[in-house]
Amino acid sequence: MTDTPLLSVRDLHVAFTLRREGDWPWTPPRKLHAVNGVSFDLAEGEVLGIVGESGCGKSTLARALIQMVPATGQAIWQGKTDLLSLSRHAMLKYRADIQMVFQDPLASLNPRMTVGEIIAEPLRTHHPELGADEVKLRVKALMDRVGLLPNQINRYPHEFSGGQCQRIGIARALVVGPKLVICDEPVSALDVSIQAQVINLLMELQRDLGLTLIFIAHDLSVVKHISNRVMVLYLGRMMEMAAGRALYAAPQHPYTQALLSAVPIPDPVRERGKVVIPLAGDLPSPLAPPSGCVFRTRCARAQAICAELAPQPAAGDHLVACHFPGPATVAAEARAPG
Amino acid sequence: MALLEVKDLGVSFATNDGTVNAVNGVNLTLERGETLGIVGESGSGKSQLAFAIMGLLAQNGRARGSVRYDGREILNAPPAVINPIRANHIAMVFQDPMTSLNPYMRVSDQMAEVLIHHKGMGKREALANSLRMLDAVKIPDAKGRISLYPHEFSGGMRQRVMIAMSLLCNPDILIADEPTTALDVTVQAQIMQLLVELQREFGMATILITHDLGVIAGFCERVMVLYGGRVMEAAPVHPLFADPTHPYTRGLLRAIPRVDHEGGALDSIPGSPPNMTRAQQGCPFAPRCEYAGDDCVQALAPLTEFAPDRWRACNRSLEELA
Repeated sequence: MTDTPLLSVRDLHVAFTLRREGDWPWTPPRKLHAVNGVSFDLAEGEVLGIVGESGCGKSTLARALIQMVPATGQAIWQGKTDLLSLSRHAMLKYRADIQMVFQDPLASLNPRMTVGEIIAEPLRTHHPELGADEVKLRVKALMDRVGLLPNQINRYPHEFSGGQCQRIGIARALVVGPKLVICDEPVSALDVSIQAQVINLLMELQRDLGLTLIFIAHDLSVVKHISNRVMVLYLGRMMEMAAGRALYAAPQHPYTQALLSAVPIPDPVRERGKVVIPLAGDLPSPLAPPSGCVFRTRCARAQAICAELAPQPAAGDHLVACHFPGPATVAAEARAPG
Repeated sequence: MALLEVKDLGVSFATNDGTVNAVNGVNLTLERGETLGIVGESGSGKSQLAFAIMGLLAQNGRARGSVRYDGREILNAPPAVINPIRANHIAMVFQDPMTSLNPYMRVSDQMAEVLIHHKGMGKREALANSLRMLDAVKIPDAKGRISLYPHEFSGGMRQRVMIAMSLLCNPDILIADEPTTALDVTVQAQIMQLLVELQREFGMATILITHDLGVIAGFCERVMVLYGGRVMEAAPVHPLFADPTHPYTRGLLRAIPRVDHEGGALDSIPGSPPNMTRAQQGCPFAPRCEYAGDDCVQALAPLTEFAPDRWRACNRSLEELA
């Protein structure tokens, strides 16, 4: 491990231009800022969890890093190359280092290819010099590693269950020996008993192969189990980022606190005794986010300054983008459920 | 007499791949005002159980057994019998509020339709009642929003509309099929809180179907655990979580990642859920169960009451599992 971060993201912005049907040709197109000024460093061998509710920009953030959506800002790979400034062709070289695991295990596998072909495809793209025997050998070794039987190599994706399909997706991501794997909701489509198998597999592979992971999920409990560090996003902006333990034990941002308090606990005594911090109203439209702090419209601590100035997190290990950070002790914020 | 009595309910589907036995021999009773949770993974038959009760099975579905509402047999009943019971006595909330509301109708018209059809109200009275119900489910500015279309509401608000619609005729039983699965966690907390309050206010018996044991823990008095179309365990909520007696329930509870626990490896259940197209004679969980023996593959243990109101279907005794 070196001091240079594997990936150093600075002031990342992703904006989509939207034209509404029926707009006049001269009406200016509207901008949707899906990701708004996110910065973070990713150390080698680290697992960074990114959580947030639907529409917070967590998937877009990850896709921006590998140029699947156009973005501005910087993403410095190993202290040298800015991934965002690369041409499509130059980016190809780095795609072997950065691989992705997708949410829907079946939809992300080509139904007309056998498992062997699916897993071998990245190898053929990035290492065309390899012979057929060598490719087959590597594919079989990896299938064995992710818990698939090597004799299933000639089967098609529809013959596998959801959990097994996700194992195929993981094998496909790992076959080229990436340094960074971006997992976009890899277990959300799976049942609890299967979800645990896949989480354990990912944790094991991460440890054994020294992988760096960006783990995106909406489920805070899943993220807690796998991540060293956790980032909370809301409307495209980072609200809080800290070591997993610190974030879950002592969240400082009112949004993180509300989010954590809403997670159901499978224990009737704790679930009924816990205090749920209510969030007022609905998520604002990302087309017209509130001025200043984007969370202020639903925040119990909001003051006049929150509407004027977007809070900037102070430097440190525990970043909080809030004018009034602190533990959730205010009685007005808290309300016992039921 | 129980409000709802389900006896030996079986649901099977004729498909190209053979007969799928989605639900096998399920018994349940629901008393007035009670909250029952039905938990299971995908394919466990939990939704089909509800659809069978409501007479909403797909064309190729067949239901066997008996479902009695207030003493009247309603399973496979003709529309003339079941239609007056739907909405008036048993109402249902579906998982996806976007696809279960009519996208071409204003919320006001959809809601009024229920009252006009079932209660014979006039349009004006029906609209006034609908508005009152939207207020009850805490839709802000209900008066201004009642004439909007479903797509103009957020996911959480749409689910509130669904719930309001199901409660219009003041049913005795509300069946909520994964009502919060499509929602974000903070919205889920709001909707569950709303269901708790409405249940207290209207006093309807509720069946909550979900895969999330956390949601069950917060809402239900009794819980039924389904696996492979069969009841594995049924118990009041506190003993079920504190002292699960079936290997599947135990495995499931251990496999859930929890925010209130330290991270680290999870205890997963090996293997995958059963293929329902194959006829099974033994315990559906046997292939994944660490305690399973030959007897488990041969025959399923009957669901037996081993303590007051606590039921389990397992060949292994409690001592053997200890």
